[in-house]
Amino acid sequence: MHFVVCIKQVPDTHDVKINPETNTLMREGVESIINPFDMYAIEEAVRLRERLGGTVTALTMGPPQAESALREAVAMGVDKGILVSDRAFAGSDTWATSYTLAKAIEKIGDATVILFGKQASDGDTAQVGPGVATHLDLPQITYVRKIEEINENHIVAERLLEGGFEAIESPLPCVLTVVKEINEPRLPSLKGKMAARKAEITTWGGDAIGADPDKLGLNGSPTKVVKIFTPPPREGGEMIEGDPDEIARKLAEKIKDIIIEAAS
Amino acid sequence: MATDPIRVIEEMCVGCKQCVSACPFGAIEMQERLACIDLNKCTVCGACVETCKFDAIEMQEQSNQADVVDLAAFKGVWVLAEQFDGQVESITYELLGEGRKLADALNMELCAVLLGSNIGGKAQELISRGADKVYVADAPELDYFSDEPYAQVIIKMIKDYSPNIVLCGATTVGRSLVSRVAVSVNAGLTADCTGLDIDPETGNLLQTRPAFGGNIMATIVSPHHRPQMATVRHKVMKEAPVDETREGEVVNVALTPDLLASRTKRLRYVPEEGATVNITEANILVSGGRGIQKPENFDVIAELAKVLKAGIGASRAAVDSDWIPYSHQVGQTGKTVCPKLYIACGISGQIQHLAGMSSAETIVAINRDPDAPIFSVATYGVVGDALEIVPKLTAECKKILGK
Repeated sequence: MHFVVCIKQVPDTHDVKINPETNTLMREGVESIINPFDMYAIEEAVRLRERLGGTVTALTMGPPQAESALREAVAMGVDKGILVSDRAFAGSDTWATSYTLAKAIEKIGDATVILFGKQASDGDTAQVGPGVATHLDLPQITYVRKIEEINENHIVAERLLEGGFEAIESPLPCVLTVVKEINEPRLPSLKGKMAARKAEITTWGGDAIGADPDKLGLNGSPTKVVKIFTPPPREGGEMIEGDPDEIARKLAEKIKDIIIEAAS
Repeated sequence: MATDPIRVIEEMCVGCKQCVSACPFGAIEMQERLACIDLNKCTVCGACVETCKFDAIEMQEQSNQADVVDLAAFKGVWVLAEQFDGQVESITYELLGEGRKLADALNMELCAVLLGSNIGGKAQELISRGADKVYVADAPELDYFSDEPYAQVIIKMIKDYSPNIVLCGATTVGRSLVSRVAVSVNAGLTADCTGLDIDPETGNLLQTRPAFGGNIMATIVSPHHRPQMATVRHKVMKEAPVDETREGEVVNVALTPDLLASRTKRLRYVPEEGATVNITEANILVSGGRGIQKPENFDVIAELAKVLKAGIGASRAAVDSDWIPYSHQVGQTGKTVCPKLYIACGISGQIQHLAGMSSAETIVAINRDPDAPIFSVATYGVVGDALEIVPKLTAECKKILGK
C-alpha cells in the first residue's frame, strides 16, 4: 500500500510577532516548522506502513526551502519526499493548491490512502484536504480521530464531530484529514536523522505534474486578498483586587449582565 | 510557464523602500536601489501595489478570458442550514441574520437551503428568521450529514439556480462540505470569516478572516467567480430575530438517485458522554488549565459551568495530562471559540491558546502568575489561585441567578 501524506511548512506561531511601528508581520528569524497538525498525519502514515507494509511518501507544495520539512518527515520514518515547487504557484489559494497537490498525487499514481492534518496553522482553512479529494474524485473522511480497521480495499475511521464521533466506512483509495487525538507523534530517531540527511528529495514543477497553467497560482485562484491588517488590540484589562471573597463579589458584579442573559 | 504573478517595473521604481515596510511577509528587499520581490515569500496579497506611489509594481490580472462568467446572472444570497437530528442548529440563525443584511444591500433574495429527512416542517422556522425562500431537499439518505450526497445535491442546486453568495457555518460539517462544493463549481471559498460586507462599488462580498492564529486579519474577495462562498465562525454574527408573521416560498428540490449515492457509509454515531454543551456553540465557557493541578479539581470548573449553563473548555496542558478529553481543548490544536464570556481558570495563555479564544467578547482570567500572558487579553484579570476563587465566584453567581 502507498500512503501519501501531504504536509505544509509554516512559520512557527510562537515566533510570529507584529512590528508595532509598521503593523506588519515580522518574519525575520521566524523558524519554519512542519504544520503541527501534519505531524499527526505523518505519524499515522508511518504507523500504517509499520502495520501493513508498503511505502510512505511525504508531499509538499512550497518554495525550495520547504525541502527541509520533507527531510524532517523522513527523519520520522517517511520513505521519500516530493517537493512540488514552481514560481507559477505563487499566490495559490486553496482551490489552486488542492489542484496542484491533486496533479502531483495523480503523477505518483498508486496512492492508497492520502493523509492530511485537519488544517494548517497559518491559513487555518481546513479546505485543502477535501479540495484534493474532490479534484481526484475520491471519498473523504475528515477530522479522523482513530482508524478502526483497514485492509487493501477499505477503511473504517472515526470522525470527530462537535458532539461526539461517527464511524465511517470508505473504499480505498480515500483521503483522510486527521486531528491531534489520533496519535502521539514520535521524535525522530538517530537512524531517521541520518536517513533524512541522505534522502534524495524529488522536485517537480508545474510541467512535470502536467498541470494546466491556467489553474495554477494566481490564475487558478478564485479568491484574492485585498487587504491585510492587524486586528485592533484588546482594551487594556482591568485588574480586580482584594481578598478572595471581595474578588469573587466584584467579579460576579462585572459579569452579571452576561450571565443573566445567558441564563434566560 | 506563466509569467510571474507580480513584478517590479524597474524603470518606474525610484527605490523609496515604501513597499519594503508595507509587505506583511517580508518578501521585498532592496537590491541595487531597486525593490526586489522574493516570490518564495510573497503571497501576492497586493499590499505593495497599493502602497507604491509610482505604480512600479504590477500584479498580473487574475482571471483568464475563458473563465469570465456573467456575474450579473448570479442572484440570491444562500444560507446552507445545518441540522442535527432534525433540529436546526443555531449557527444557521446567525447566518440568516448576516445573510439578510447582505441580501438587502444587494437587493436580492435571501434563501435557505435545508437538507434532511422529513425536514420540510422546519422550512417555516427559517422563513420566520428572515429567509424569503427555502429550498428543501428531503430524502432518507440526507437524514444526517454525509459528504458526497450533501455535496452532490448542493452542487446540482448551485448549477440550477446560480446563487451569488453561499454562506455556511465554519463547523466540522460545514468545512468538510463546502470545500468539496467550491472546487466542483469552480468558486472562491473563504474559510472561517468573522466579518462580511458588500463592496458598494463592485457588489463583491468582502470577506474578513483572521490568519496566523489571529495575529493578522485579511480581507478577501472573489472578483471573477460566482457564487462567492464563505464559511462563517460560530458566535460572531448575531442571530436573526424571529418574526412568526413572515411569509416565504418553499421549493422542494427534485432528487435523483445519482445525487444521493455515497461511497462512504456511516456505521454508527456515538455522542460524547457527559458533553452537554458543545464548546463552539456555548455562550459562556469556563476553561481550566495547568493551574487546576489535578483531574478531580475540574469539578470546581464543572460546578461554575453548571451554574452558568456554560461549556467546559481546557488548555492543551490539561488535555495532554488526560484530565479532560480532547474535544474540550481550546486553542490552535483544539477548537476556536468565540463565546460572549470566557473564564480562564489557571490558564497561563500560551499564544496557541490565545489564538483559539482571544476573539471572545469578554474574557475573565484567574491566574497566580501576574506576568501570565493571559492577562494581556483579559477584560478582567485576577491574580490569585483559581481553586480558591472559582468556588467563591460560583457562590456569588448562584446568588445573582437566584439559585
